[in-house]
Amino acid sequence: MERTLDQHLDHLKGELLKMGSAVEESIEQAVQSLVERDNHLADVVEEGGHNIDDWEVAIEEECLKVLAVQQPVAGDLRLVASMIKINYDLERINDQAVNIAQRARLLNQMPQLKPLIDIPRMAVLARGMVRDALDAFVNRDVELANKVRKIDDTMDALRDQIFRELLTYLNTGMSSTVDQAILLILVSRHLERIGDHSSNIAENVVYLVQGRIVRHQKEELRAGEE
Amino acid sequence: MAEAELAVNTQLEAIVPDIQNPIVTVSNLNLYYGETQALFDIDMQIPEHRVTALIGPSGCGKSTLLRCMNRLNDLIDSVRIEGVVEIDNDDIYGPGYDVISLRRQVGMVFQKSNPFPKSIYENLVYGLRIAGENRRAMLDEVVERSLQAAALWDEVKDRLNDSALGLSGGQQQRLCIARAIAVEPSVILMDEPCSALDPIATGRIEETIEDLKKQYTIVIVTHNMQQASRISDYTAFFYLGRLIEMAETSEMFTNPQLKQTEDYVTGRFG
Repeated sequence: MERTLDQHLDHLKGELLKMGSAVEESIEQAVQSLVERDNHLADVVEEGGHNIDDWEVAIEEECLKVLAVQQPVAGDLRLVASMIKINYDLERINDQAVNIAQRARLLNQMPQLKPLIDIPRMAVLARGMVRDALDAFVNRDVELANKVRKIDDTMDALRDQIFRELLTYLNTGMSSTVDQAILLILVSRHLERIGDHSSNIAENVVYLVQGRIVRHQKEELRAGEE
Repeated sequence: MAEAELAVNTQLEAIVPDIQNPIVTVSNLNLYYGETQALFDIDMQIPEHRVTALIGPSGCGKSTLLRCMNRLNDLIDSVRIEGVVEIDNDDIYGPGYDVISLRRQVGMVFQKSNPFPKSIYENLVYGLRIAGENRRAMLDEVVERSLQAAALWDEVKDRLNDSALGLSGGQQQRLCIARAIAVEPSVILMDEPCSALDPIATGRIEETIEDLKKQYTIVIVTHNMQQASRISDYTAFFYLGRLIEMAETSEMFTNPQLKQTEDYVTGRFG
């Protein structure tokens, strides 16, 4: 039986996924603006950020309307609750992409300190996490969601590695070198935050499917692995 | 658990919670209307001083089960009952069990308010008068206490001798609740008590139920899913004469264990 509620939920899911694709693209373009030293791409990401903000508000408003008017329960309730949170995380991810674009614009004014290796690696992982988290949401795939949660550890490790590597530049005392090193450390931090938000989305998928809140339970996930 | 793994089989044993302090225990209950079986192997416990909601589509047996708890089905000739219903550890279908005392122990409120065509006061003391109580002070006290408990006192205290039929529908229903309370039962059964009331009157009754559970155990049949989720502590879902799943209400409406329950509470069938 097709319920009115199903139409609302399908529409919301569609909007959320469209927004998800736009956010993925923002990450891609933000990192590209850095790697290819392309200020125009940085502008594109920043402008796109405003659209995502509007989108987020529209989706949240619709979720709240569905709660008020349709009073969903059980799986429907978990779906709406998950969408509200995923919506928020996607918007935060996009903010991080905008931050990266802004750092890129500053970095592009300076001679390149060193070829970028780990940051593009992190960027690939970050995009993959967002995509996999959303795929897990669409397909209600807990296994894939847990995979995303585990990659988050790799992201943390890469961020620490980048920090250690750039620490040597910080000690040179040359102001332009120090500036660049700090900006790159910040970029790694933004990418790592994208991983965190993707991991949140994955946790919401587990809640959606199983009704269990697994936030703050990373240890359990690792224990399950061994 | 993925959706596909959710059990759908009605032959499986019902999922029921661990009840620490049951006041009503139903064991292996089967009920037949003539040849037709209406209840199948019901095993459930009703916790004391809690509100338990019975939900399920029409014809699922929830009202029939409710009526088993005060032997109202006895009045129907073709009904045959097997199994045990214990209230306070007494088998109410046991030989020699006093049905009159049962009616006193288990009050009932029906879908349509049914005040007697008497004054408000006489409606409330009717049960006590039948039991031989005629002391005015005693009756006065019961009237005030039960009207207070049903949140009706302030509205009717100046017209206790007016006909109960002059009250509004919502007030009449609260009068029936007060009348049920007047004889101090331990369990109050309610069969869709709000289905004929507007939202304001429904809200008043729901508040009353919330207050009453401090002293009484309430079992309520309702078709209104939001009502079940608002007022009950436990919810039991019935389908085709079987208890399918019973759980704490918050659990039932966020994460039911069985797909059948999920489909019913989310309005996919029923």
